[in-house]
Amino acid sequence: MTKLCLVRVDLNRLQPHANVMLELKQLYDAVVEGDAQVSRALTAQAIAEGVDPLKLVNECLVPAMDDVGRRFQCNEYFVPELLISARAMKSSLELIRPLLAARGDKPLACVAIGTVKGDLHDIGKNLVASLLEGGGFEVIDLGVNVAPEKFIATVKEKNATIVALSALLTTTMPAMKTTIEALKQAGVREKVKVLVGGAPITQKYAEEIGADGYSENAVGAVALAKRTLAP
Amino acid sequence: MQWGRSPWLKELLRPKGASTMHPHVEQLLARVPIITDGAWGTQLQARGLGMGEFPDLWNLTHPDRVTQVARAYVEAGSQIILTNTFGANRIRLSQEAATEKLDDINRRGVEISLAAAGAIARVFASIGPSGKMLLSGDTSAEELQNAFGEQARALAKAGAHGLVIETMSDLEEARLAVAAARETGLPVVACMVFDSGKDKDRTMMGQTPEQAAAALTEAGADVIGANCGQGISGFVSICRRLHAATGRPIWIKANAGLPTVVEGQPLYHVTPEEFAGFVPELVTAGASFIGGCCGTSPEFIRAVVTKAV
Repeated sequence: MTKLCLVRVDLNRLQPHANVMLELKQLYDAVVEGDAQVSRALTAQAIAEGVDPLKLVNECLVPAMDDVGRRFQCNEYFVPELLISARAMKSSLELIRPLLAARGDKPLACVAIGTVKGDLHDIGKNLVASLLEGGGFEVIDLGVNVAPEKFIATVKEKNATIVALSALLTTTMPAMKTTIEALKQAGVREKVKVLVGGAPITQKYAEEIGADGYSENAVGAVALAKRTLAP
Repeated sequence: MQWGRSPWLKELLRPKGASTMHPHVEQLLARVPIITDGAWGTQLQARGLGMGEFPDLWNLTHPDRVTQVARAYVEAGSQIILTNTFGANRIRLSQEAATEKLDDINRRGVEISLAAAGAIARVFASIGPSGKMLLSGDTSAEELQNAFGEQARALAKAGAHGLVIETMSDLEEARLAVAAARETGLPVVACMVFDSGKDKDRTMMGQTPEQAAAALTEAGADVIGANCGQGISGFVSICRRLHAATGRPIWIKANAGLPTVVEGQPLYHVTPEEFAGFVPELVTAGASFIGGCCGTSPEFIRAVVTKAV
């Protein structure tokens, strides 16, 4: 754990250009510190100076969010810091996304996320959604109390390849199993990876109900989602 | 006599060392811990509350079964029981399309517990979190204070002896709830969930027991504590740290560990005896009020009572 805390991204390898490098370092810091105004302004500046938008994402913003995640794992950051960093990341992505879309670059994958039927908790789900977005995913947030049919429709219509299920109550966690079974019956289970999380959920439970992955926190959920993309 | 205003409770709730100790208090403090109750949600489920069904509505639709839970805790030896009103604030009720029932749910919740308590136990009414996060802008301080104030007034009007603000993850939300609850003049208990960080000793927002104790004391809570979160073993050090950081009495309600699900039903693996085994340590660590949270039952309270004498 302590080792992780010492890892820092070496920005020197990113850009040979000194002033651009300084900007990227500042952008990286703005995301880590959760300063949305500065991160947006620096992103606009970098784009204007001709820095490749994909490079901005992959070599600056994503590493910055990874750094935030490491700080969370090390007890240096907690939920408030995660939220404001994700917000800063989002403010930068809002400028970058249209540019990527215009040239046909696609997001990592599309995630359909929601709190399962019968459960109205949304804090954890919202946090995972914003971190996934910050991590480069397209996120379709279906909200709370989401019926299995809604997940199925999103998989079919929006081509979501990851389904992320949240449950905060021991009484509603069985709805995760119901949702996975409904995905099977609808014939789309093989097209998606199902990730589960929430206070009462455990790795063991995830395995029991046939989910593809479990994370005990929002930072781990992003890493997990990325792992499922590996062939 | 209103217990909430009885001189010995006032004395009990007075910060230690704030003045010379009343002889009644010495007597009382010699008798700590005061036994509170266990979980309500899991008990209502055992009586047929459906998956995802909103428990508080049962005060209106199944008052007999809610009464059974309250009575079971009184019979098990609870000296303070709570109420089935954990989620009966305007923000939560609006998600159930039941805001017009707010007063009725809270009033019936208190009445049910008062009837079950009789002359044996006292009723501290439960106020849970809004389920919305201030920080993400999903709610505002004003909305929270109004919602908690409205619920607290309804509970006080129905005759509750005290108010328990529980299962709070955000200290700021807890402070707003304490401020709103204090307006009723009833004793106010405020407890946080410590379930985050690598040692599971922080709130979701990263606050330590020391920070929580200081902020809640400053906000004017009469009793400060921890509930839910992790299994009971982790509560000993949290209790010790809370106790060291405030002169207020400490309230502890631990879970029966985290459940596993077997055939669709949550199963808790800590036994009442194992749970109660921690009572002496908690008392040593400074707990004045001890009970249980998720997964605990009247059996747990019975076991706690035997360890507490």
